[in-house]
Amino acid sequence: MKNLSMTRAAERPSVWSDRVARGLITASAMVAIVSLVLIFIFIGKEALPIFTSAEIQEEASIGKLFLPQSAGEGAAAEYTWQPVSELPKYSLLPLLVGTLKVTVIASLIAVPLAVLAALYTAEFAPVWVRETVKPAIELLAGIPSVVVGFFCLMVLADWLQGVFGWAFRLNAVTAGIGLSLAVIPIVYTVCEDAFSSVPQAYRDGSVAMGASSWQTASRVVLPAAMPGVLAACVLGFGRAIGETMIVLMASGNAAILSLLPTDSIRTFSATIAAELGEVVVGSAHYHVLFFIGAFLFVITFTINLFGHWWVGRLQKKLQGAS
Amino acid sequence: MADKTRARERGTPCEIRAEGLRVRAGNGEILKGITLAARQGEIVSIIGPAGAGKTTFLRCLDRMAELDLDLAVEGRVLLDGCPVEEFNVAALRRQVGMVFSVPTPLPMTVYENLVFGISLVAGGRDRFDEQVEKALRAACLWDEMKDRLNEPARNLSGGQQQRLCLARSLALEPRVLLLDEPCSGLDPISTAKIELALQELKQRLAVILVTNNVKQAARASDRTAFFLFGELIEVGPTQRLFTTPTDPRTSDYITGRFG
Amino acid sequence: MADRTRIVGGAFQALCILACTLIVLMLAVILGNILIHGLGTVTPSFLTKAPESGMTGGGIFPAIFGTFALVVLMTIAVIPLGVATAIYMHEYAPKRSRLVHVVRLAIQNLAGVPAIVFGLFGLGFFIEFIGRGMDRVLYGGELVYGQPAIVWAALTLALLTMPTVVVATEEALRAIPQGYREVAYSLGATRWQMIRRVVLPQAVGGILTGGILAVSRGAGEVAPVMFTGAAYFLPELPTRLNSQFMELGYHVYVMTTQSPDVEATKPILYATVLVLLALTFLLNFSAIMIRAQVRKRMRHGR
Repeated sequence: MKNLSMTRAAERPSVWSDRVARGLITASAMVAIVSLVLIFIFIGKEALPIFTSAEIQEEASIGKLFLPQSAGEGAAAEYTWQPVSELPKYSLLPLLVGTLKVTVIASLIAVPLAVLAALYTAEFAPVWVRETVKPAIELLAGIPSVVVGFFCLMVLADWLQGVFGWAFRLNAVTAGIGLSLAVIPIVYTVCEDAFSSVPQAYRDGSVAMGASSWQTASRVVLPAAMPGVLAACVLGFGRAIGETMIVLMASGNAAILSLLPTDSIRTFSATIAAELGEVVVGSAHYHVLFFIGAFLFVITFTINLFGHWWVGRLQKKLQGAS
Repeated sequence: MADKTRARERGTPCEIRAEGLRVRAGNGEILKGITLAARQGEIVSIIGPAGAGKTTFLRCLDRMAELDLDLAVEGRVLLDGCPVEEFNVAALRRQVGMVFSVPTPLPMTVYENLVFGISLVAGGRDRFDEQVEKALRAACLWDEMKDRLNEPARNLSGGQQQRLCLARSLALEPRVLLLDEPCSGLDPISTAKIELALQELKQRLAVILVTNNVKQAARASDRTAFFLFGELIEVGPTQRLFTTPTDPRTSDYITGRFG
Repeated sequence: MADRTRIVGGAFQALCILACTLIVLMLAVILGNILIHGLGTVTPSFLTKAPESGMTGGGIFPAIFGTFALVVLMTIAVIPLGVATAIYMHEYAPKRSRLVHVVRLAIQNLAGVPAIVFGLFGLGFFIEFIGRGMDRVLYGGELVYGQPAIVWAALTLALLTMPTVVVATEEALRAIPQGYREVAYSLGATRWQMIRRVVLPQAVGGILTGGILAVSRGAGEVAPVMFTGAAYFLPELPTRLNSQFMELGYHVYVMTTQSPDVEATKPILYATVLVLLALTFLLNFSAIMIRAQVRKRMRHGR
């Protein structure tokens, strides 16, 4: 019996450390889920008074955020973002248009570049090209967005204005070009994954029928990976819509309601970044900024959920086919 | 009683026994009611074609099958007469050594590999030179290894690696030793050394040897069991089974006529 | 017909090459421009002195120190969290577990949440909720932790960079041969002993890669720290968990957009950008090198 109790005693510490480790590790794994829920709760909580508090609604109700408002007796009703004035105006429409404008411009630049580059490097680029483009993309992804913003503001804006002579030095195009630099890496990476998960048999079959490698790439690989390319665009869009520092620095930050790409713009994210520092905690303005944050969160969350689901489905399909 | 660590005092003969062991995976049955025992003093070999359930059988004996959640195990496994579920699982596996078909030295030095099991319960900083030497001698590896204890284990040859894995299990002084095709990738000399070591070891513990090589079973074991599609077709003294098998399927297999 | 095919193919090829060239060119222009204008000003005294005369003179030492302190605190939080999450998904949870699916989705979505939303969250949760709560309970309502502070900025960044660590660690875990785990179990290791003695030592490369990538990301982020602790101008170094601090990226933002004299600030601004860029690239580069090593080992099956 002595032997038995001794071995049992020796067993105890390892059993306990195993249990403690299991508990701690499982708890840590829940942090990601809990964080997302907390983000939702704590940003939603500060946005909620727009719907519930009569006092806040006096200044900023849903109607006031989205419908045209008259500045005073007799003045024409219009969409204006003017949170700091005698009569604060919180129309989100100029911000929405600005955000969409810059996001669309950035996507129009980034998507063709990234998709073509990914197709080229994944399918037939010589090794030295691949070894140049891939690290370049990684470096691009590693540039802090504040540096891109700085570059657009200090250098690119001058160049563009020198060439085109636009009325606004900082405008949606300048910011869009900068923003495309932040979008290219994500679109490229997701596309490349999609291309390389196309089974080799597809290519072999196409080449065996006498197609050139270019025909194979454009008529076999690209269509097979098309859902992945679309997902890449969606994820890139999600990245662009939330990006802050580049648009904050390079877009001019004027909330002008216009569709002209060379006008200055003010985006949702830049509005939060520019105004949250000076806002009075608990004021209508404060809650409107959190409402914008909640809106951004919900939009990007939905886009990401959908994008990743779509990518996963494609990979499953292609793996099943191989 | 779920944390039982040792079944009986040392001195009583070691025995591992499976009774009516069934294993299901999804809709298929991998083992269809196996009853088989191995005692101290004998080597029981298990032969049979691929997919017969030999490896699954071994993995049930030291409860490694539990790691695969798709498997549902029924029936009883007894170590020295005591159901294995009653043991603390780590303590059970220390008493039931396992050598895998692919030599798997852990990415450490030879010495660290040998003391890995011991140091899990004892203090991490202690030296175990005595146990290490004993285990290496038992695995016929001492002369080759005594000056190479601090080398990375992956520098050894395949045969040496497998004997190191054997010694690593023996360092825990197990009561049962399970070997899953231990010589499948080895040269004849290494194979002979392992078989030699097993002949010595069976005096101290119960040995079950799964092998693809019918000749090895004939050469090295005292009793042989023939598995086919999850069933135990026949078990008996090795010599009898190889000379006068009772089941025609056994004779087909050992004469190489099996399709 | 054959001619047309060749022309279309050639045009397609030209487009692809143009795309690659443009991407590399944009990168080269940015890097070249910053290098040319910034290199002259980066001197030892620039790196070791505090800003002077309205940020038109002096150096950026407080910003370098602040960034360093920030990422150290962040690392302390994010490495255990990220590594534990990866270990849970890969070593503990059963295969095809629903929970793992949800955790993985959460990680992917966390990676996609805009940085500015993390800033809002840091303000609303860490400062207003946790910090204010601590002040009420521990300090009798005195303002100690319920304000922007380096610890809150670091925790906010830790959440933002957690996916990076998880992904890199998981890749390393996947590269460890299953046989090692079985051997450890067969020698009587508990799951935690197996992880600590076999899995973690093998995963160090991947964890390091993830940690460095997280630091590089964290060092350059501005939006999450601008409301949670970064200061406009603060010559004193952060010495306590609730100090405010200067950060390189925020310093760049402040100097670019709010300088009273843009031309006078320019050399210093360029030099600061160069330092920030060099720092992040150096970190990224070392992470890429380590990852290449890990992947090579994975291919060789060790």
